[in-house]
Amino acid sequence: MRPFQYLQPATLADVIVAQREAPSAVPATFLAGGTTLIDLMKLGVMQPERVVDLRLAGSDFAQIRFDGATLRLGAFARMAEVADHPVVAASFPVIAQSLSLAASPQLRNMATLGGNVLQRTRCAYFRDPTWAACNKRTPGSGCAAVDGANRQHAVLGTSSQCIATYHGDFAQALMALDASVVLGGPAGTRTIPFAALHRLPGNTPHVETTLHPGEIILDFVIPAGPWASRSLYLKIRDRQSYEYAVASAAVAVAMNGDVVADARIALGGLAAVPWRAHEAEAILRDAVLDEATATRAAEASFAAAVPQSHNAFKIALGRDTLVRALLQAASMEVRHD
Amino acid sequence: MSDSERKTEPVSKRRRNFLIGSAMTGVVPVIGWAGQAQATTQAAPVDARAALNVALRVNGRLHQVQVDARMTLLDALREEIGLTGAKKGCDHGQCGACTVLVDGRRELACLTLAVAAQGREVVTIEGLAAPDGTLHPMQEAFVAQDAFQCGYCTPGQILSAISCVHEGHATSPDQVREYMSGNLCRCAAYPNIVAAVLQASQQMGD
Repeated sequence: MRPFQYLQPATLADVIVAQREAPSAVPATFLAGGTTLIDLMKLGVMQPERVVDLRLAGSDFAQIRFDGATLRLGAFARMAEVADHPVVAASFPVIAQSLSLAASPQLRNMATLGGNVLQRTRCAYFRDPTWAACNKRTPGSGCAAVDGANRQHAVLGTSSQCIATYHGDFAQALMALDASVVLGGPAGTRTIPFAALHRLPGNTPHVETTLHPGEIILDFVIPAGPWASRSLYLKIRDRQSYEYAVASAAVAVAMNGDVVADARIALGGLAAVPWRAHEAEAILRDAVLDEATATRAAEASFAAAVPQSHNAFKIALGRDTLVRALLQAASMEVRHD
Repeated sequence: MSDSERKTEPVSKRRRNFLIGSAMTGVVPVIGWAGQAQATTQAAPVDARAALNVALRVNGRLHQVQVDARMTLLDALREEIGLTGAKKGCDHGQCGACTVLVDGRRELACLTLAVAAQGREVVTIEGLAAPDGTLHPMQEAFVAQDAFQCGYCTPGQILSAISCVHEGHATSPDQVREYMSGNLCRCAAYPNIVAAVLQASQQMGD
């Protein structure tokens, strides 16, 4: 690990001051739970010169609040706190499940929601600097995964420059529920749709988000539509627990009898970024939710998939995962109150 | 540090007021930006390699140690304080051997910077037994159920198991398996570990 300066400002206002007035012109790297950053610093993938620890400054943005219309999750709440929160589990099951099926209990106690959505890819070539070619790590160096072992890589949203998968789970729930995200930084605060936070790799896979320099995620804002209570997260893994998704589906469905009034779908483990399946949603809307319709919707969401040499199975697996998730959602017993 | 505080405070207040005035709409909570009046930004040492004086509270005792900013809590426990119960397995947050309790919750000491653990209560395996040597019920249960072979993962397993019970996640074998999945055992003593956690959960009364 490279030496770095460590700062722990007491408030978010001080974070901004610390960034502006620090002697180095190099942008600071933010430390929240540390479960991604410390790991990648040990691997030499991330080599920040200045680490700004947000544990104290972010502590005011760790609340979980629900007013009946909007769920507001502080970005510094820990994954475990949100996963175990009774209101989240009852009214937004897809959120609770996406969190409790991720990582391990220890990691969920440490990792914050904001850090979780900003986790870096698990692409083995990205994580190992002895591989020279990685456009995400070293822009312009190439992509070792294209001709390498790419079983775990993405089939949706990739580019010729990068085929890494976005591995997060919680982000898929946020995508499906049309969440927005409140950002704070040197120029003030702004709110953007969560779907606008991550950038497709394109020709600049090293630029992963639309965050401005020095911006911090403060809050996630999730509307409680009629689909939120009939929602779930189905995660298919190589082992039963403590593993990233090979394929996953976050689905939220509003039903009118057997007919779909509204469907919100996001796919995980399959795409370069958190992935909303709009094509599938359009097919499901106003249709009777049976296996045939679910299959047609799932196939539509993979129409543009691009398999690599080792991961063509992900298209079939992703389709079957979505079908199963939709049928499970349709059969959920949902309280109406 | 005092020079830096004097220097940063006025700017900090200006920034805070600016944020309140320009950026906050009615729905955005302002407490974090506006609520705390004091600017207590720590001064950054000029040399990133300079040792930091850190006070760590471990098993109820305060330890003053000098650490590099890069040192993890795990290395500080083992190399500086001499508590070698927390084990280094993968050192990347994948095996759970370094599990300790931090402010009462199970966390991974290998992914925690020692300097960032200041002000937090750390409990290691050495802090579990009573002063007279009476073992914690979870330690007793691991002995009674023969829940280890080589023993390397055991301190992490036991601390994780105590948390698992306190969280209310030790009500069935399946649930114990799920909520203990962050602790790997290369000897595969898993069936006995599950039995031990369930036994202790009865005795711990949670």
